[in-house]
Amino acid sequence: MVEELIIAGFGGQGVMVMGQILSYAGMHEGKNVSWIPSYGPEMRGGTANCSVVVSDEPIASPIVTEPTTAIVMNRPSLDRFEPMVQPGGLLIYNSSLIDRAPERTDIRVIAVPANELGEEVGSDKVANMVVLGAYIKARGTVSFETVGQCLAEVLPARRHDLIPLNLEALKRGAELVK
Amino acid sequence: MAGRKLFKGNEAVAEAAIRAGCRFFFGYPITPQNEIPEYMSRRLPEVGGTFVQAESEVAAINMVYGAAGAGARVMTSSSSPGISLKQEGISYLAGAQLPCLIVNMVRGGPGLGGIAPAQSDYFQATKGGGHGDYRLIVYAPASVQEMVDLTLGAYDVAERYRIPVMILGDGVLGQMMEPVSFPEGSEPENAPQRPEPEWATRGARGGRAPRIVSSIYLKPEELYKHNLRLQEQFKRAEAAETRYEEVRTDDAEVLLVAYGTTSRVCRSAVEKLRTAGVRAGLFRPITVSPFPYKALGERARQVKAVLTVEMSLGQMVDDVRIAVAGAAPVDFLGTTGGVVPKAADIVERAAALARHGAADQATREGIS
Repeated sequence: MVEELIIAGFGGQGVMVMGQILSYAGMHEGKNVSWIPSYGPEMRGGTANCSVVVSDEPIASPIVTEPTTAIVMNRPSLDRFEPMVQPGGLLIYNSSLIDRAPERTDIRVIAVPANELGEEVGSDKVANMVVLGAYIKARGTVSFETVGQCLAEVLPARRHDLIPLNLEALKRGAELVK
Repeated sequence: MAGRKLFKGNEAVAEAAIRAGCRFFFGYPITPQNEIPEYMSRRLPEVGGTFVQAESEVAAINMVYGAAGAGARVMTSSSSPGISLKQEGISYLAGAQLPCLIVNMVRGGPGLGGIAPAQSDYFQATKGGGHGDYRLIVYAPASVQEMVDLTLGAYDVAERYRIPVMILGDGVLGQMMEPVSFPEGSEPENAPQRPEPEWATRGARGGRAPRIVSSIYLKPEELYKHNLRLQEQFKRAEAAETRYEEVRTDDAEVLLVAYGTTSRVCRSAVEKLRTAGVRAGLFRPITVSPFPYKALGERARQVKAVLTVEMSLGQMVDDVRIAVAGAAPVDFLGTTGGVVPKAADIVERAAALARHGAADQATREGIS
């Protein structure tokens, strides 16, 4: 199994954290992982992305140019990364904020109304976790149990009271995917 | 897996330096290496060390000169434009034979350039950088774990030859997170007491003869001798410390040569080429100074073509040509300005070389 992801969105939507949680979970399951942030002059409201590789084999290149999965949280990210997904790959997009449907027909596409579903479980701040839940259900890259254990590692201590809400959001996202 | 932790390359090099005995850090901020001073500012005071954010790069490197002159294990880090500012000090450190650790997380240049990853400081790092007849020992890690492993040994090497050691990374290696493990027992509290180096200037109390740390030799005959001594030290390092890695080179007909981040992309390209039936291999210098001329030259004798891949418009390729010495055609694929080469482009070029390289061989043997 080699999963090469690009996770992209506005700064502040939690795309870096999504990638970190996947990386920690993969590492704890004994897999090889790498995580590279885009590090341009990003700021809240600008666009940001990270490249994540989770693999059973040693990782040759951590640079992702043809992702097996793209997770896009806003419209500019959909426009940029949809064409790059490998044929047969997966595209998950945040349909709460993106006003067009993806055009590719040679890949699997999952629409996640992430902000609405986040609101449903308590806050649209966990929209990223809703999407992560949908992703993990769709690909099975890591287990939900491991991801749950990683939250305390990735989230700063002052946010640990939000772990139950994050778990709820992961579950809500997973329910969306058959 | 127990013992593995996710570290950014920048944080990993900082922690490894501390475990290698670094207790002084002097630097000035610049992207994409700011996590190094950030980490050091928090971590060094915990182990009784000293962190100073200097007023400039020039000040920082001269603080390194001071601490190194007193025999301390000291470090500075920067990225391309900042390393340029430090070159005068690096030349003085080399001239005064002061061991130290310098990290360059290279970004695109020239000038202020950009902040994206590049390998365009290869000439600067390996061919002098500052003025005068000297060489540094320069390591080019390709993973976060290797960044740790090389840094852990960097001070021992620097002190053995009394040559400053540089870690030549790039923006990707600095920003990337990968799992790393540190050797058992390498925690700073377990650090052995180091004896005072016999050249360290800490005050001649107790009546010992005074020691002088200097790089000035006004008589040509003396500077001549001094520079020969520097060169001899480098030759010793070349004989004992030159390092490289080969991937699937045993039966390779096309040999990729790359270091650092680019070597990771090439490793991916080698896998794809092999799947497509092209016998490709990778030669990866780990020390880019001293450069593994001999090993590369020997390997080149068996191949149809050599392809050097760099994030520059052609710098290491000069050393590759010296090493290959006409044994095979040397082609070059480079990206610049902060663009990382794509595996697909490398595959395409290497596959073409596998065909044309063969044709070239036939021509030389008068077959075609």
